[in-house]
Parts: sequence; C-alpha cells; structure tokens
Amino acid sequence: MKSDDDITQRRPMDMPLARVPVGDVHVIAERCKECGYCIEYCPTQVLVYTKEMNTKGYHYPIVAEGKETSCVHCKYCDLICPELAIYTTSSDDDRDSDG
Amino acid sequence: MNTQTDSSFSVVHPIDHLMRADRLPHILCAGCGIGTVIHSYVHAINEFGVDEDRHVCVSGIGCSGRAAGYVNVDSYHTTHGRALPFALGIAVYNPELTVTVISGDGDLMAIGGNHFIHAARRNANLNVICINNFNYGMTGGQVGPTTPVGAKGTTAPQGSVEHPFNLPHLAKAAGASFVARWTVLHVRQFTDAVLRAMNKKGFCFIEVLAPCPTSFGRRNNLGEGLDEVEMYRQRCRIENGAQDLEPLDIDIVDHEQTITVGNFVDIERAAFLA
Repeated sequence: MKSDDDITQRRPMDMPLARVPVGDVHVIAERCKECGYCIEYCPTQVLVYTKEMNTKGYHYPIVAEGKETSCVHCKYCDLICPELAIYTTSSDDDRDSDG
Repeated sequence: MNTQTDSSFSVVHPIDHLMRADRLPHILCAGCGIGTVIHSYVHAINEFGVDEDRHVCVSGIGCSGRAAGYVNVDSYHTTHGRALPFALGIAVYNPELTVTVISGDGDLMAIGGNHFIHAARRNANLNVICINNFNYGMTGGQVGPTTPVGAKGTTAPQGSVEHPFNLPHLAKAAGASFVARWTVLHVRQFTDAVLRAMNKKGFCFIEVLAPCPTSFGRRNNLGEGLDEVEMYRQRCRIENGAQDLEPLDIDIVDHEQTITVGNFVDIERAAFLA
C-alpha cells in the first residue's frame, strides 16, 4: 500500500502550521446494540468490535490496538450512533499533522 | 489517548440532558435509523441555542412515534395520524414555540395524509421530520404509501404493485416552505436541515430515509442495517436546490438507480397565524 509520500510530493504551504485534532473515544458499553455504524464509517478506522459482550450480549466497539492516537475528533461516530453510546472528546495534547 | 469503556451507567453522553436517559437503551432494533434521527434532532436543539422549554416534540403512532418518549423536551405522543393537527394547535396557540413533528411515513402519509397536505397548504409554522423506512415496521412490515414498486412486504409477498408517494414532490406541490430529503448516513446535512427548519417560519418538511433491518430489510434481502445504509451511501446523489422533484422516486429493487437527496425547496411564503 502506498504511503502519502508516494502519492504526491506536493504539500500545502501552511502544512507545518496545520494541526490535526486528537480525540479520546468514550464508549457507554451497556447502551450499544452492535449496529456497527461507528466501526464502519470511522474515517481513520479507529474502532473494532470487542471480544467481550455487554449484559445484552452485544459486542461493543473499542479502540483498536495501535490506533490509540488516531482519532481525529470528527464526532461522526457520536452523531451516527442511534443509541447515544459513543462520543469523543478533544485531547489536550494536540500533535502536529506530520507528527 | 485514553479509551474509556465503562460498563456501568456512570458515563453519560454529553447530550444526555436533552434525552430521557433513564429510558436508554431504547426499544428500537439494532441498526434502526430512528435512533440516529432522534440523536440528530437533540443535537439540533442543542445548537439552536433557544431554551429547551421553547421546543415541543410531537409524534404519532409507530416505531417513529417513540421519539417523543425519549426526548427531554415537552413532548406529545398523539393518536394515529393526528400528530400534525395536534402540533398545529400548539403552534397556533403559542407561535413562540418551535414545534417539531417526528413521525413515520405510515403515520404522516397514510392515515395522516390529509392532515399533511392541509398543514402544508396552510403553511403552518411546523417542522416535520418524516422517517421513511418504506413500510409499517411496528405492525410487521405491511406495504405502506411509500413502499417502492416491486419491494416486498407482508401484504405483498410477490412485490408491491402500488405506486408510492414521492414525498418531497408531494410536500412541494402542497405548498411547503422548506423541503429536504436526507438519509441517516447524512447526519451532518440532516442536522443542518433541521436547524434551518427551526430558524424558518412556515411548513418545513424533511424526509429521512432510515434502514429497517428487521422488517423491510429482511424481506427485501437488504441485509443488516449496515448493509442498507451502505446501499444508500453508494446510490445517493446530492442535488441541493433541485428544481424538478418529479423524478425523485425511489427504486429499491434496481440497485443501479440513484437516490437523489438534498435541500430542494427554500421559499418565503406567509406562515399560518405565526
């Protein structure tokens, strides 16, 4: 798979100034019904199903291994969740876009 | 980054103050789009900036009728089809209120069809969110006024032979001031459309295409809710301000056909007693 550098060498002039937001994912496991919308439509594929189940027997989402800093706090998982079972908050330690 | 997965109810969602959170998780099926619509509606209330005491949510009968029971604003669960006349009474009595009707296609367009066209004709100051899942989900998947030709239901095992309503076209023809159609996947555009409707005087109609995996999806081989939403993602074409709404019929059987979504109509017209 090609990395971003292979696709194009052109970069916006303000690239060093641009900061990608970082988010923390919070899951309210007991509300989840395993519809999978948050997992499917996360733009950075942060979430996976857990192996554990909640009390109703659904596999709720959890942050994938190695993706702990990948959430960009776009809030799409929050907005599309029919159960209000997931939300993101902004992390204080924002990183540089190339960091 | 911390991942907080709390199995107790001590973690509350930031929007929980606008929900009757003690009733969550709600009774709707896994993958049902109605929860997303309720969620987007409370987000719109949150962003609208007006005190929540000024919001009223009215719903009719059906799965979508549950919406009024889960939002923490003044809400009314009316009799079948009568959400619109009830909401019209509230809006006329107190024009300061932002009255939103959240109901399904069966409630608004079948038994409440006459109320719908007359509320739109009068340009009553209402925001109407019609959750369209193409069938009567709660009663077992019977064919309704929006079931596409060829789609299967309990009462049409060989496929429906009736021509369905084209809801944006109907709303525009009846005189609505604002007409939009989105799917549950277009949450940001839909929330934005609800906000525009709240800011606008007059009859604002928003159709939301929602998956119904238990009834409609199962009988029409659309798979789980996720598969139906993925079908919307592949087939939807955004055409804001579309002039001709007549070709906006939805074909569920032919997966090559596009589904047109967008904010179609936004006109100024004197609102009814507002």
